[in-house]
Amino acid sequence: MSIDQEVDILRRIPIFSQIDPAKLKLMAFASERLTYKSGQTLFNQGEMGDAAYIVLEGTADIVIDSADGPLRVAQLSENEIIGEIAILCDIPRTATVVAANELTTLKITKDLFFRMIMDFPEMGVEVMRVLAHRLEQTTNQLRVARAAG
Amino acid sequence: MEPNIFKYVWHHSRGEQLIILMLVIVSLPFYYFSLNLPKDIVNEGIQGQGFDGPGATQPFLQLDLPFSEDLFGETVQLFGGLDLAQADMLLALSFSFLGLVIVNGLFKFVINTRKGRMGERLLRRLRYELSDRILRFPLPHIRRVKPSEMATMIKDEVEPLGGFIGDAFATPLFLGGQALTALIFIIVQSVWLGLVAAGIVLFQAFLIPRLRRRILVLGRERQLTARMLAGRIGELIDGAVEVHANDTSNYERADLTARLGRIFKIRYEIYQRKFFVKFLNNLLAQITPFLFYLGGGLLAITGHLDIGALVAVIAAYKDLPAPIKELINWDQQRLDVQIKYEQVIDQFQPPNLIDPGRQAPENDPGPPLEGDIIASALTLLDENEIPLLRSVSFTAASKQHIAIVGQSGSGMEQLSLLLAGLLEPSSGSLRIGGKDIDSLPAATTGRRLSYVGQNAYHFTGSLRANLLYGLKHLPVADADPEEAASAADIAESRRAGNPVMDIKADWIDYRAAGASGQEDINARLIEIMDAVDLVADAYRFGLTGTIDPLAKPEVAEGILAARAAIIERLATSGNEDLVVRFAADSYNMNASLAENLLFGTPREADFESEVLATNPTVAAVLKEAGLTDDFVAMGVTIAKTMVEIFADLPPGHPFFEQFSFISDDDLPEFRTIVTRVENLGTKALDAAACQLLLGLPFKYVEARHRLGLVDETMAERLLDARRRLAERLQRESPDAVEFYRADAYNAAASLQDNILFGRLAYGQAKAEETIGQTLSEVLDDLGLRQTVIEVGLDYNVGIGGGRLSAAQRQKLAIARALVKQPDILIVNEAASVLDRSSQVRLIERILEMRRGRGVIWTLQRPELASRFETILVMGDGRLVEQGSYQDLNESGTTFRDLVAAE
Repeated sequence: MSIDQEVDILRRIPIFSQIDPAKLKLMAFASERLTYKSGQTLFNQGEMGDAAYIVLEGTADIVIDSADGPLRVAQLSENEIIGEIAILCDIPRTATVVAANELTTLKITKDLFFRMIMDFPEMGVEVMRVLAHRLEQTTNQLRVARAAG
Repeated sequence: MEPNIFKYVWHHSRGEQLIILMLVIVSLPFYYFSLNLPKDIVNEGIQGQGFDGPGATQPFLQLDLPFSEDLFGETVQLFGGLDLAQADMLLALSFSFLGLVIVNGLFKFVINTRKGRMGERLLRRLRYELSDRILRFPLPHIRRVKPSEMATMIKDEVEPLGGFIGDAFATPLFLGGQALTALIFIIVQSVWLGLVAAGIVLFQAFLIPRLRRRILVLGRERQLTARMLAGRIGELIDGAVEVHANDTSNYERADLTARLGRIFKIRYEIYQRKFFVKFLNNLLAQITPFLFYLGGGLLAITGHLDIGALVAVIAAYKDLPAPIKELINWDQQRLDVQIKYEQVIDQFQPPNLIDPGRQAPENDPGPPLEGDIIASALTLLDENEIPLLRSVSFTAASKQHIAIVGQSGSGMEQLSLLLAGLLEPSSGSLRIGGKDIDSLPAATTGRRLSYVGQNAYHFTGSLRANLLYGLKHLPVADADPEEAASAADIAESRRAGNPVMDIKADWIDYRAAGASGQEDINARLIEIMDAVDLVADAYRFGLTGTIDPLAKPEVAEGILAARAAIIERLATSGNEDLVVRFAADSYNMNASLAENLLFGTPREADFESEVLATNPTVAAVLKEAGLTDDFVAMGVTIAKTMVEIFADLPPGHPFFEQFSFISDDDLPEFRTIVTRVENLGTKALDAAACQLLLGLPFKYVEARHRLGLVDETMAERLLDARRRLAERLQRESPDAVEFYRADAYNAAASLQDNILFGRLAYGQAKAEETIGQTLSEVLDDLGLRQTVIEVGLDYNVGIGGGRLSAAQRQKLAIARALVKQPDILIVNEAASVLDRSSQVRLIERILEMRRGRGVIWTLQRPELASRFETILVMGDGRLVEQGSYQDLNESGTTFRDLVAAE
């Protein structure tokens, strides 16, 4: 997979979708592409996060610790981003992520992400917009839930 | 030191000076004859004086006993001479002249070389004595001197002394003799002309030195200002951080400007005066011949002087000004050198210079220092008489583990320096085992005690050399006869008053380190490095180090075994994809294009990957393989990408250095090239642009940079180029590149590269950890860990240990102090940069290792003192508390307060 394909995938992710392709290319170029074997762990619940991962190929299991042992709560595949919350605010990882099969990711480190936002403020605005959308969605869901309850 | 340079020179070179003086005296009669001969040649040989007719002969080389007429009333003839006709006489006289010229030249040659040798010997002696004094400077003084000034004095300022030393006695005699001979000769020919010449010479000798006096004063100033400039430049380098941190570079520039201006003024004035003196000198020298032509001519016309004599007088006079001038020069030089000498010597006579006897090589360290350490009323004042220690008294067993605690400035540091015998107390005494530490020779304090300070220095050289530094007191075994200093060298050292210890000898006192010799010293060093947590560092240094497989075939063999073993181990753990091995017939996507092309490690600088694009052999191969255009095309792709993605970044952004193929400086140029290619195509590029583009792909690693430049077809073509390059190299420069061979050790590559024999695959999660772990297991299995660590011992620590981290430097310093197994180990906050847990681990291990042997440790963290038997609490230069941890760890003690304050 060449860098241009990586850029294509990045553009399909909402927080990056409105960003200038040249910037995404820089981000892809400066990032490491990491391949995990099936069963290898990307990170564990409770660790401090230093990077977000973009799934280029394969699927990843999102697992949380529960009273009955590890519980798979979701599965993420191509064009999805994993662990972006931990790099936006300093909180520990909320789940463990394990490669479900051979998994190729692009590792966007926190340093790189913040440098990019600092150097290209318009990128920060885009991220804000996406987060605000999400907040609005969550608020809506909450309202619906309250009304129902 | 002897304040008068003449006395110094005479004292150290009397014999040689006398031989040279003898030679000078012997040479003078020959010089006189060579002056006299032209007269005989003109008068007898050419004009035929004394030849009465065509057949007449004259005696040649007739020799009369000098003054025989006065003594015996008649001439006593020693040799009747050969009777020669006029033409033969001319021939004989001319050849005699030639002979004398050669003899005079030979005399000069012999005298000059002897003078040179003597001067160099004395210079060597002087430099040695000055350096020797630096080794004997007391520590408080050494902290005040500027290293660069000291170095300039020994290196540059005494240099002219060497030249002068050879001339000190011989020159005045030789030149004076020559001038006097010439003058006497002129007087013998004509008293009047002689008197005129003598008068002018005397006038010159009187006037010129007076004119030059001011030049000398200026010269002295020049020397001082230049020395101060050297000192300032040294300060600028040492204080570079402060200059940058405070933005004072312009202040420093102004300071430099002022200093250079002053030096310029002084030097310019020197020039003005020097050339005026020269002008005057020349004028006087030319007036004399004018008088000779006029006066001598008149005398010749009136018949008072024959033409031959006049010619000879003028010839002799031509030889007169030169020696006179040089004599005057010599006199100036004498004054100058005397001043320089005094000034230099002055800087090397600090008060309290350490007595040479204390450092004498024959000193014996004596029995181990055992018994009590008794300090009574120890007081230490600084140079301003401010007390640093005030009447400190205590008694403690030397085999105890003692902690010294206190706030900074409490006198802890000074106390530890006194205990190590590195400072002398201003009053009071310090005795260990009944011996006053001040009276102990360096052989005892430097071997029975070990001191490590906070900023211990590391000498440029290997880790091993630095660890062993504390053992090099005396040569213990002669050097290899092939390498050892020759008898002639030793004799020469002796003549110059240098010591005759051979630096090539084995200086390592293995027994002091608890080893028996070269064979087991490494094991001992590793043991000690383990105690200070330095082994892991040495292991890493070892993996990046190289070895000479010819000198250490067993290591190379072991590494090759590891190469085979690691692939097997990786395969069993399912990790074989983490390393992509080098193979002659496949392109390695995880290695750079340059590496793939060379398929080896460069041994010559012009095959390093940065310069490969300009290497003619590589260029020829690319052309032959038809790849030149493809490389340019690849360059265009890379340049386009770089221009695109780095366009909006400000210059100097760290991404450039981290990720870009193109530096921020070059980006605009590439932008122009890219625009040109986009508008007009690659054909529109000039040769320089092509060359720039050609250079880009060499650093390209397909797996990492992912621009899709090397596909399967390109890989095949590059492999073809690889084969062509190998063939060409074999033919043209077989030593330039060490090729990768699966079955051979690569001397130019590191141990790790030799074991992996490939590149870590990019983008494999946790590849580095897994490989590191596997590598370590393989080395353990094959028993090679120690070998790798030993290679790590050869790691060069850099200037002042600059290639080590601060923590590594401190650990190395402590290890060095431990190697010599001292009776008392004195550690002065020497682990301060380590974090708390490392410090605790280090202290506990060292105390364990030194059970039953003395340790004195000034601690930055007083709470760590619980591990010591006795605690000395310092405050404001006084000993405020002494006791065990139990005694002192009670409310109301200063110790409690110190622990609480942490």
